[in-house]
Amino acid sequence: MSEGACARAAANAVARRSYGKLLAYLAADMHDVSAAEDALSEAFAAALADWPLHGCPDHPESWLMTVARRKGIDGVRRRRSGEAASVQLQAIADMRAECVDSGEEEAFPDRRLALLFACAHPAIDVGIRAPLMLQTVLGMDAKTIASAFLVSPEAMGKRLARAKQKIREAGIPFVIPERDAWNERLEGVLTAIYATYAEGWSDPGDADLMRRDLADEALFLARLLAELLPQEPETLGLLACMLYTEARRGARRNAQGEYVPLAEQDTLLWEAGMIDEAEALLRRASAFRRIGRYQLEAALQSAHVERRRSGRNDWTPEVQLYDALHALTGSPVVALNRALAVAELEGPEAAIAIIRSLSEDRRMADYQSYWAARAALFARVGDVREALHAYDMAIGLARDPAVRHFLQRQQSILETK
Amino acid sequence: MQYLLMLFAEEKAWGRMSSADQERGVAAYGAYTQALKEAGVWVGSNRLQNTDSATTVRVVDGKSQVLDGPYADSKEQLAGYYLIEAADLDAALGWAARCPGAGHGTIEVRPVWPTYGGSPS
Repeated sequence: MSEGACARAAANAVARRSYGKLLAYLAADMHDVSAAEDALSEAFAAALADWPLHGCPDHPESWLMTVARRKGIDGVRRRRSGEAASVQLQAIADMRAECVDSGEEEAFPDRRLALLFACAHPAIDVGIRAPLMLQTVLGMDAKTIASAFLVSPEAMGKRLARAKQKIREAGIPFVIPERDAWNERLEGVLTAIYATYAEGWSDPGDADLMRRDLADEALFLARLLAELLPQEPETLGLLACMLYTEARRGARRNAQGEYVPLAEQDTLLWEAGMIDEAEALLRRASAFRRIGRYQLEAALQSAHVERRRSGRNDWTPEVQLYDALHALTGSPVVALNRALAVAELEGPEAAIAIIRSLSEDRRMADYQSYWAARAALFARVGDVREALHAYDMAIGLARDPAVRHFLQRQQSILETK
Repeated sequence: MQYLLMLFAEEKAWGRMSSADQERGVAAYGAYTQALKEAGVWVGSNRLQNTDSATTVRVVDGKSQVLDGPYADSKEQLAGYYLIEAADLDAALGWAARCPGAGHGTIEVRPVWPTYGGSPS
C-alpha cells in the first residue's frame, strides 16, 4: 500500500471507529452540533492532506481533535461576534485544559451518551430523534438516512438542520440527565433506537442494503448504550429484544426467497449465538428487579424461542407477558399481538372479539399487520367473506413483495375451499 | 395535496410472466387500489397499453406532426399511474412504497401543480 493509500485507510478507520466519539466531544463543548460537524469534517480533510506527507500520527484521535478544535475556533470567529463568540471560544479553550495529551483513552471522556440524550431531548421532535442520532453518533449522511426512513432527501436535510439549530438556540444541554428525570429521558433514547431497528427490519428481503444497514447501525447503538449504561436494565432489555429478532433474519425466507412466517420457520436456521447472548442479557437485566417495556418484549421473544425449541404447545406465558406489556403501554399494536396469542390459547373466537374492539382505533385502518392478523383469524373460523376482504387490505398495504405473495397464496387457498 | 404516482416498468417483462404470475400481479394491484380507496386516498388510477400503441403529436410552424411511437425511449416505460390525495410528501412516499410497482419497477412521485378555484378536490 502506498503512503497515500495507507493514510486514507487510517483516516477511514478512525472515522468509522471514532466519528461519534469525537463529534460528541466537540459538540458538547461547542454547544453546537452543526459547527462541530463542520470542524470535524475539516479535520478529516486535513488528515487526508497531511498524513500521506508526514505519516500517520501515533494518536490519530488526538491529532484530529486538536485540528478540529482549531478549525472550530476559526469557524466561531468567522460566524459570530461579540459575547456569544467569546463564550463559545472560552468553552473550546476549556476543552484543551481537560485534554492532556496522555494517550487516547484518557484524552477524550466518552460523551456519546450525552449526545444521545441531547438528540432524544423532549424539545426535539419525536420523528427526527432517530435520524439525528444516526447522523451525529454514526456520521451517516442525510441522503442515506432519508432513503432508509422513506422520506425525501431534501426534507430530511432540512429537518436535521432544524433540529441542530434547535439544540443550539434552545440551549439543549449535552449532559446525562439527573436521576429524577431519568425514566422519561432514557425512554426517548430507547424508543429512537428501537424505531431505527424496526425500519431496518422491515426489509426482510435484504433487497435494500440501506434498510438492512439500518438494523446493523441500530444494533451498534443499542450495544453502545448497554455498554455505557450497564446498570440500566431497560438498555439490556432493548439489546436482548433486538438480538432475538435479528437471530431469525435468515429464517424468514426459504431457498426460493419466499416469506416464511414465524410459526413455520426452521429453528435450526436461527442464530444460536445471538439467542444465547440475548438470554444472558435478559438474565442480567432481570437481576435488577426493575421490569420495563423492553425487558417484557425480550421476555416474549424468549418465550417464543423456548416454545418452538421444546415443541411445547402452551401459550400461557406469552399471553401473561402480553397482559403485562399492555398494562404498561396501552399500545394497540401490543393488543393486536396479544390477540394472536389468545387465539392459540383460547381459540380464534376470543381473539376475534379483541380484533373487533380494535377496529374502532383509527390507527389500525392502514396498519398492515392488523389486516393480516384479521384475515388469518376470520379464515380460521370460516368467515370467508370477512377474511377475503381483510386479505385484500393486507395485500394492498404490504410493502414487502414476498409478504404480498405469501398473503396472496393464503387468500387463494381460501377462495378454492 | 394531490400527488401523481407514475409507475415505470420494463413493459416486455409482462409478456415473459406465467399466466399465474400475471393473475397474481393484477390481483396485487387490485388489493392496493382497494387499500387506497378505503384509506380515502385514491383519486384516480389507470393502467396504460404498451408503448407500441403510443402516438405522439405536436404542432410545428402551424403544421401538425404525428409520429408513431412514444415520446421518449427508455429502459423502463410509463405503465400506469395513481393520482392520490395525501397530507404531505412523506405520506405519498409511504403509499408509493406499498405499490406493487415499487417491487418490479420504479415509481416517480410528483406533486400536482395547485390550481385555484377550478380544482375538483
